[in-house]
Amino acid sequence: MYRILEKRVVGPNVTLMKIDAPYVARKAEAGQFIILRVNEGGERIPLTVADYDRENGTVTIIFQEVGKTTKMLGGLNEGESILDFTGPLGKPTHYQEGIKKAAVIGGGLGTAIAYPQVKKLRSLGVEVDAIIGFRNSSLIFLKDEIRAAGASLHIATEDGSEGLKGFVTEVLKKLIDQGAKYDIAIAIGPLVMMKAVSEMTKKLGIDTIVSMNPIMVDGTGMCGGCRVTVGGQVKFACVDGPDFDGHQVDFDEAIRRQGIYRTEEKLSTEKHECKLGGLGNA
Amino acid sequence: MPDMKPEKTQTPEQDPVIRATNFNEVALGYTVELAKAEAQRCLGCKHRPCVAGCPVNVAIPEFIRLISEDRFLDAYSKIMETNSLPAVCGRVCPQETQCEQLCVRGIKGEPVAIGRLERFVADFAMKAKESGVNANAIANGNACAKVKTKVAVIGSGPAGLTCAGDLAAYGYDVTVFEAFHVPGGVLVYGIPEFRLPKDIVAAEIAQLKTHGVKIKTNMVIGRTLTLDDLKSEGFEAFFIGTGAGLPSFIGIPGENLNGVYSANEFLTRVNLMKAYKYPETDTPVIIGSNTAVIGGGNVAMDAARCAKRLGAENVSIIYRRSEQEMPARAEEVHHAKEEGIIFRLLTNPVKITGNEKGWAEGLECARMELGEPDASGRRRPVPVRGSEHIVDAEVVVVAIGQSPNPLLASSEPELKTQSWGGIIVNEETMETSIEGVFAGGDAVTGAATVILAMGAGKTAALSIDRYLKEHGRG
Repeated sequence: MYRILEKRVVGPNVTLMKIDAPYVARKAEAGQFIILRVNEGGERIPLTVADYDRENGTVTIIFQEVGKTTKMLGGLNEGESILDFTGPLGKPTHYQEGIKKAAVIGGGLGTAIAYPQVKKLRSLGVEVDAIIGFRNSSLIFLKDEIRAAGASLHIATEDGSEGLKGFVTEVLKKLIDQGAKYDIAIAIGPLVMMKAVSEMTKKLGIDTIVSMNPIMVDGTGMCGGCRVTVGGQVKFACVDGPDFDGHQVDFDEAIRRQGIYRTEEKLSTEKHECKLGGLGNA
Repeated sequence: MPDMKPEKTQTPEQDPVIRATNFNEVALGYTVELAKAEAQRCLGCKHRPCVAGCPVNVAIPEFIRLISEDRFLDAYSKIMETNSLPAVCGRVCPQETQCEQLCVRGIKGEPVAIGRLERFVADFAMKAKESGVNANAIANGNACAKVKTKVAVIGSGPAGLTCAGDLAAYGYDVTVFEAFHVPGGVLVYGIPEFRLPKDIVAAEIAQLKTHGVKIKTNMVIGRTLTLDDLKSEGFEAFFIGTGAGLPSFIGIPGENLNGVYSANEFLTRVNLMKAYKYPETDTPVIIGSNTAVIGGGNVAMDAARCAKRLGAENVSIIYRRSEQEMPARAEEVHHAKEEGIIFRLLTNPVKITGNEKGWAEGLECARMELGEPDASGRRRPVPVRGSEHIVDAEVVVVAIGQSPNPLLASSEPELKTQSWGGIIVNEETMETSIEGVFAGGDAVTGAATVILAMGAGKTAALSIDRYLKEHGRG
């Protein structure tokens, strides 16, 4: 059992949890993920490591309540425990030597995963422009943390309620037009956003790392459910990734595979909410 | 006098029509009467040919004799002297190519049903334990004086569990590290409930724990901890039994379409994650009304029979050679046929076709005929011109094999492996290229059987004991 030491709501339906998981904390690096199972009969879901504290043995996860498992997880409180918590899995992000300036782009929940990248890059002395995008200002999180890590922060919202009205790609374009020279771009967020960023940076010749988060079961290379086509080759995101060269990823295939269990996810969530409703009425 | 009846005593089975709709065990097992009747067929040969066929050297004539004397718990202790997982082995060992193949009764008729008898004894003992008989009094209580030396076993499949059980019996302080959330390896993620109920696996593992074996789940060695980390935690010898977990794909177009699974993923969803109880459990699996399983081994049979039970109407096995070359056990093929699995033999898949939304729709196949023998000695299938045809399939399961999981080896550069991933060991001692690190089972041989993995675990346990004694740590 893995205790929840801290729980904080960081945005609508977005929750941060610090989990007591000393073994994972000791090894975790930016770019890696964990797999958790909330309770008996629960599914195994991958979540990227948002932060870790080796000394105190904690791992931070940030998740959005979108399906049954994340809703159940969000329903747990400080002091309660998660049944299973395994990791760190996947390869840590690998940066080329000698990079001086990076654009770290987080879309929505992807911001949670962009944050450790910002920290890591700053610790390597890299200058970082962090670009984060949300639907509106009320959804924005980790703003202060990213600034505190020493990045210059740029915000895009779809409705223009904060920062630039539009998408992260537009902010990136603007910064480049203003003369920013990036050695690398790191894009983390919804597949469509990573695809848009990669298409843009490919034209501009900026190396781009994307963090894939496909459906997976074991996270150790055993099931192959997480296969992603990269440069015409089939890769397993759980062991070969989750980071890949954004210019090589077949995003259309990834988007299609992301939807394999859409019907089932809906059913599970509805059933879960039905049960919650029932309890509430009793 | 032995009973000279030429056939084995039949074991009761669930009716094929009924069992194809549930995940309950197919073979129901012997009753006391049936077991005693079958035990009477054993000649008790002095030269014990059957024992030579058993990778873990179960004292077969001896335990069978104890059955015929009504001493079922003594029979259990006899088996447990060399086999820590009898309820598993009685169910999934390929006895027909091992102990039973060498049985003298097999010369004129059917051999003694050694596997069924082993299962009977194990189940009998388990029930006795449930009803309150002291577990340690039943099991071989031969745990020696405790040695303080710590040994780490990586992987809790048949090889790891056997190695751990033997080392604990030698008196070592043994910890098993498992990457998944439950121990058992292929016994829990691969072999379906209807062939090997998970309660049985759990009970055998619980038995090991009573012998002092510690099990840590959610530990991915190579990621969560490395061998060096374990050394600094005080472990002095290691056994790697990480199995053959890397699925092979064919490399034909369409393999990444939605609805196409590796057998590993399909079976893991169904067995480990219990997708057959979905939505009571949370992990789904896609059920197509037409399912095609590519491959002719036991894993393919398991996947096909699972698909049928999940409600697929037409389930086909697609295999490019003929039934004669099929690597699956005859019994599994027989069971699959009884349950209505369609066998499309001499059929080679060339492409998976999909609809406009990217879901699998069919399997384009070519018919094959057998030509000259190939390197494996089996006749090579060659395509028949113009024989291309489509087999409808919304779900396709690729069950053409698994190779050793490279995760641990990739994090230990000193650990030497074959080009195909198998860990290289000294075949006598099972020691790897790293001193004090031993390996066995599918991680070394590539995908094989439960009992061969157990045999390797046993050999390694002996070597580890010798190694530690040589270093004054035994």
